[in-house]
Amino acid sequence: MSSITSITGRGLPVRGDDLDTDRIMPARFLRAVTFEGLERHLFEDDRRADPSHPFNDARYTGATVLVVNRNFGCGSSREHAPQGLARFGIAAIVGESFSEIFLGNSAVLGIPCFSADHASIDALQSLVERAPETLIEARVDTGAVTAGSVRMAATIPPGLRDAFVSGRWNPTAMLLDRFDEVRAVADALPYVTGF
Amino acid sequence: MHTLFHKVWNAHAVRVLSSGQTQLFVGLHLIHEVTSPQAFDMIRQHGWRVAYPERTFATVDHIVPTSSQRRPFLDVTAEEMTVVLERNCRDFGIQLWTPGSPGGENQGIVHVIGPELGLTQPGMTIACGDSHTSTHGALGAIAFGIGTSQVRDVLASQCLALDRMNVRRIDVNGRLGPGVYAKDVILTIIRRLGVQGGVGYAYEYGGTTLDRMTIEERMTICNMSIEGGARAGYVNPDETTFAFLRGRMFVPTGAAFDRAVAWWRHIASDPDARYDDRVTLDAAAIEPTVTWGINPGQSVGIGERIGESADQEALTFMGFERGGQVQGTRIDVAFIGSCTNGRLSDLEEAARLVRGRHVAPHVRALVVPGSQAVSRAAEAKGLPEIFTKAGFEWRGAGCSMCLAMNPDRLEGRQICASSSNRNFKGRQGSPTGRTLLMSPAMVAAAAVAGEVVDVREMMEEVGIG
Repeated sequence: MSSITSITGRGLPVRGDDLDTDRIMPARFLRAVTFEGLERHLFEDDRRADPSHPFNDARYTGATVLVVNRNFGCGSSREHAPQGLARFGIAAIVGESFSEIFLGNSAVLGIPCFSADHASIDALQSLVERAPETLIEARVDTGAVTAGSVRMAATIPPGLRDAFVSGRWNPTAMLLDRFDEVRAVADALPYVTGF
Repeated sequence: MHTLFHKVWNAHAVRVLSSGQTQLFVGLHLIHEVTSPQAFDMIRQHGWRVAYPERTFATVDHIVPTSSQRRPFLDVTAEEMTVVLERNCRDFGIQLWTPGSPGGENQGIVHVIGPELGLTQPGMTIACGDSHTSTHGALGAIAFGIGTSQVRDVLASQCLALDRMNVRRIDVNGRLGPGVYAKDVILTIIRRLGVQGGVGYAYEYGGTTLDRMTIEERMTICNMSIEGGARAGYVNPDETTFAFLRGRMFVPTGAAFDRAVAWWRHIASDPDARYDDRVTLDAAAIEPTVTWGINPGQSVGIGERIGESADQEALTFMGFERGGQVQGTRIDVAFIGSCTNGRLSDLEEAARLVRGRHVAPHVRALVVPGSQAVSRAAEAKGLPEIFTKAGFEWRGAGCSMCLAMNPDRLEGRQICASSSNRNFKGRQGSPTGRTLLMSPAMVAAAAVAGEVVDVREMMEEVGIG
């Protein structure tokens, strides 16, 4: 697994608080045994209802940094939402705040979620809306997010930040390492060994 | 001076990883047909085995048809996803309950069957690829939803890498009025603390109101913790918990049960436990509550008007106005079911209201029991007959219209009075469909009246409550 220290790319602003994972990936697209093709269904119902939805807007084609507002990804734990975003090409998400499950699901796919204050996010969204060609640089190691004249100090939970930088953001190998310690914990639990 | 959360966390912590996260042992892993197939694929690709197959249990609930559950299902995709789960469980030695297979009578919504079978026990860590896993906290477990990559991690290692949560104690004290239920309590908590208020927290629910509640009521409360942003929610185990557990399939018996109770008592929060935050609510002030918006925090008491600061996007989508009321809103569909309110006591309470009466002519009404065991228990009490005579459809067990992954869905801009947990845009299967969350009794009352009413008035009318 490779180290992720910074992401540079064009932005895709999706405005709105509490955008839940049913909005990001409606449940009917979970009727499958693989994650293939999910990128085609991102925000599908919102896009149909609103022709000017950013995911319909050709000016943002090729964008890799999603810019969102408060409590993004709340609701269902479906990994199909970040899987769709990853397959679409999103490499980082910058927003006001995220649901805990969504943030963790994104991290394990190598997508860092950066949190910053409302004014900074609003300024970044406005800038990208005005000038979609603007490059956003999001630094995982320092939390600095810059784009043109917009600069902000964003945060990533420290454990995840270190995991990205050290290239250990997919934890399975670490969890399997030193498995004797797992067995020791299990064997000390009365409901595992039998009361 | 420790909380249950800290005691359970410490008992299950394997080590601190180099990332600073904790490697946590998962005592019970529950899986279903929708969020597990890709995890099994990843296990196969890496050539891993399942570390503790005896600690994972599987069922089908999300996509399973509830009109007929004869195999093969008429819904080809549902059949395919079920067959894939059956193959995965067979290959890796995991206990599975699906309709039409041995043990199929244990099938149901994963959060209903866990407690029902006694799989869910105090002091456990429980994970499942579903955000409503918080339900299991009602029995004093630390239970939370995970994504599919984490399902893979639990299969491979029986562990997760997690950041520790803070603990917020929420006390609800006093007596709930007639017609006011656990659903109203949790909707009120979410409204007060916000849909994001619980991010980073586990919620510990207590107080005299919770002390008096049944396990089924506590499950309704813990179930919706995630709607308030809290990944986990729990109630400390007490005599009610132990009485609920005694005699269930996976619960120890005899002297072992007594030893289990001793450990369960010891794992509960200490009286002088320290919390990161505390909130107190007065039960007597809680009204029957309904949502008016597009997230579960956007609700009002049934007699209350929608506030002046109401979100415009939500108002426009729902067709409500500031200063308006939800009471009196004509409904098209009534849905009683889900992991929030699809258990026997929910159906009994709804049946009390519909007995001898009829669903309004323009309303489509359905009851979907949370599990086959709930269905059997309801049959023993004659509930299906009461519901069908009143014009409700009586279905097989599953998630059904809570998230509309099966054919049960809203059409167009229909409005649904629903006992489920999410009123998100499009949640019930139509992109423009509208959901009003409320208690099962309120749904029953709305089905009969054809519009949202105050269940307390209907209870007085029929002389119950």
